[in-house]
Amino acid sequence: MSESLDKQKKDLSRLNSDYATKYGFRDPVDYFHKGAKGLSHELVEMISRMKNEPPWMTERRHEALDIYLAKPMPQWANTRLLNEIDYENIYYFMKPVDQQSTSWDDVPEYIKKTFDRLGIPEAERTFLGGVTAQYESEVVYHSMREDLKKQGIIFLDMDGGLREHEDIVKKFFGTVIPSTDNKFAALNTCVWSGGSFIYVPPGIEVKVPLQAYFRINAENMGQFERTLIIADKGSRVHYIEGCTAPVYSTDSLHSAVVELIALEGAYIRYTTIQNWARNIFNLVTKRATAHKNATVEWVDGNLGSRLSMKYPCIQLIGEGARGEILSVAFAGQDQHQDTGAKVIHAAPNTSSRVTSKSISKDNGRASYRGLAKVHKHATGSKISVECDALLIGRDARSDTYPTMEIDCEQVRVEHEARVSKVAEEQLFYLTSRGLTEDDARLLIVNGFMEPFTKELPLEYAVELNRLIELEMEGSVG
Amino acid sequence: MTEKNKTLFEFKDIHVRVEEKAVVAGVSLSIKPGETHAIMGPNGSGKSSLSNALMGHPAYEITRGEIYLNGHNLKDMSADERSRAGLFLAFQYPLAIPGVTVANFLRTALQSHRGKEADMSDFRKLLKTEMKALAVDEAFATRYLNDGFSGGEKKRIEILQMAILNPKMAILDETDSGLDIDALKTVSDGINRFHNENNGILLVTHYQRMLNYVKPDFVHVMMNGKIVKSGGPDLALKLEDLGYEWVNEEANHKAGV
Ligand SMILES: Nc1ncnc2c1ncn2[C@@H]1O[C@H](COP(=O)(O)OP(=O)(O)OP(=O)(O)O)[C@@H](O)[C@H]1O
Ligand SMILES: [Mg+2]
Repeated sequence: MSESLDKQKKDLSRLNSDYATKYGFRDPVDYFHKGAKGLSHELVEMISRMKNEPPWMTERRHEALDIYLAKPMPQWANTRLLNEIDYENIYYFMKPVDQQSTSWDDVPEYIKKTFDRLGIPEAERTFLGGVTAQYESEVVYHSMREDLKKQGIIFLDMDGGLREHEDIVKKFFGTVIPSTDNKFAALNTCVWSGGSFIYVPPGIEVKVPLQAYFRINAENMGQFERTLIIADKGSRVHYIEGCTAPVYSTDSLHSAVVELIALEGAYIRYTTIQNWARNIFNLVTKRATAHKNATVEWVDGNLGSRLSMKYPCIQLIGEGARGEILSVAFAGQDQHQDTGAKVIHAAPNTSSRVTSKSISKDNGRASYRGLAKVHKHATGSKISVECDALLIGRDARSDTYPTMEIDCEQVRVEHEARVSKVAEEQLFYLTSRGLTEDDARLLIVNGFMEPFTKELPLEYAVELNRLIELEMEGSVG
Repeated sequence: MTEKNKTLFEFKDIHVRVEEKAVVAGVSLSIKPGETHAIMGPNGSGKSSLSNALMGHPAYEITRGEIYLNGHNLKDMSADERSRAGLFLAFQYPLAIPGVTVANFLRTALQSHRGKEADMSDFRKLLKTEMKALAVDEAFATRYLNDGFSGGEKKRIEILQMAILNPKMAILDETDSGLDIDALKTVSDGINRFHNENNGILLVTHYQRMLNYVKPDFVHVMMNGKIVKSGGPDLALKLEDLGYEWVNEEANHKAGV
């Protein structure tokens, strides 16, 4: 963002903190329901019963647990870190409050304070069309502007979605990401709780973004939200997701499943800024289906966490569908961001563009893992993949694992991968104009991220730049 | 002693090593306020290495020698400290900084110099005036620094930076190369507008052309890492006519080779 360095500085001095004080604080835990540690069919049954779910969903959960138990751990990305997770020692379900609120005044004081400190109510007042705020396993606050409700737009937490619109949920739930897809998708399906459910009726444009905010507070917590967004024919919607967690000495797990369905001519943009504490394992499955002439865009910013494994996917199944995946990953000390993008062209004249940027600092590691697949009959399709890695310091690491499966001859494929270092020459150029080395490095990093930042709503761009500044502090070049 | 007789910028017996190679071998120069000096010399003679070392490039190690600006010793200062002390270098090959706009960069730089936030509207006015004077299209303010700029555009932007930072001492390394005939005039006018009785200019160039506009008080010839001859403006004319061979011979003769 232009003109923002000094603004960030000011914000920062006001903030006068690091992750631990801004996001890393914890609340005293006094929950309505705190289940036992560990995973079992009894737990699954209990969750489903507490939520009063229809039998088909209970069955789905049990089935998914069996699939989860049967599937081996992934043998790629980072097996050492994956095996560090103590799955027996995790709370798979925690219900902080009895009832969801529609007014911040009704949210328990300690939770409200948390979201106040994170700036959520203010964002809601100033530019959002609707908000859900999830705390541990459940959405504790939800509201949407009246005018949007009147247009027939549905925006609920996933539990509410299932209760109030069972027909739609039953039709689409698990159709984009079945439980059999991968071990963590199965895990999510058996213990899912919270997340967002959105349905936009045909031809309706949601003019303001809808946001969900996910907060993990407890230690050894597993958060398994489930999100399903359906944009009916010719509709448009922008959804934003933000996440944080306090700093604990033991690890917590975040394993979400997000399914997007853009029907004919629809448009969905899904923006994520996640800034997890450094001991969170973030293993997320995100996938979209784009029908004829529909557009899906994933804008995905990954900061924090110990290990992130996340590869947003777009299946272009209708002629003329378009997909765009724009992502940034920041891997600092002891972090591994294993992220990437998948595009699957299954219809003629479809197009996709992937822009992946990563920054590795200290001994951080950023990996790009991508798949571009073109089916036989997807003639006239276009794919462009661009990976850009920036290394800061001698021990920083970046790898690229692109896979291309092109079964069609009439396609245009462009692939570009670059690795650059914050060059001494660039630093000298900027410092010779009076910038300190830290300022110069920050300016170079912000510039590197600019193609991503400029796609964000202003408030988020400022926030992201500030987060990057915190990450960059005290770095040794 | 009047102000005029004081030295503005002075370096003594500078030796520079880069990549294990000695590229500057004992260069001294003293510049008074209001003076313009030119350094000429064949390719590879060490002009840019000297400039980089004076500005504090970490790869160009000064193994011996002293640098003073207004009596302050610059030798132990980092590049940013030298800049804030009033030294400026217009680069022979300015680098691109993708994603960082010219305006954002200049404002950040100006702020570093002033130690406080530059007022937004004041800054905009300053930028607009200086861009206009250098015939730089306003669109450049929002373009990424040197990213995709033509050779001549980069040189103009270097001079724009100088005009905005208003240093006490400016080293201009081949600012004239890559400029078309009209641009040479515009950029020279920019340099002359900046120049006053209190600041100094050290111009590195290969050609007489720019010296027709930016008139030097002294001309120095650098060869093999040394200043081998100094003179007035006419020395540049002679070099343009005769090349460097005769200087070389004269130097060798003096040295008794
Ligand atoms: N970073 C570097 N690494 C290795 N060698 C260098 C480096 N910089 C300069 N040199 C060498 O130092 C010598 C002087 O180079 P320099 O760029 O200072 O010459 P110059 O007088 O500016 O030449 P020109 O007129 O072509 O710009 C050359 O032999 C050059 O190859
Ligand atoms: Mg040179």
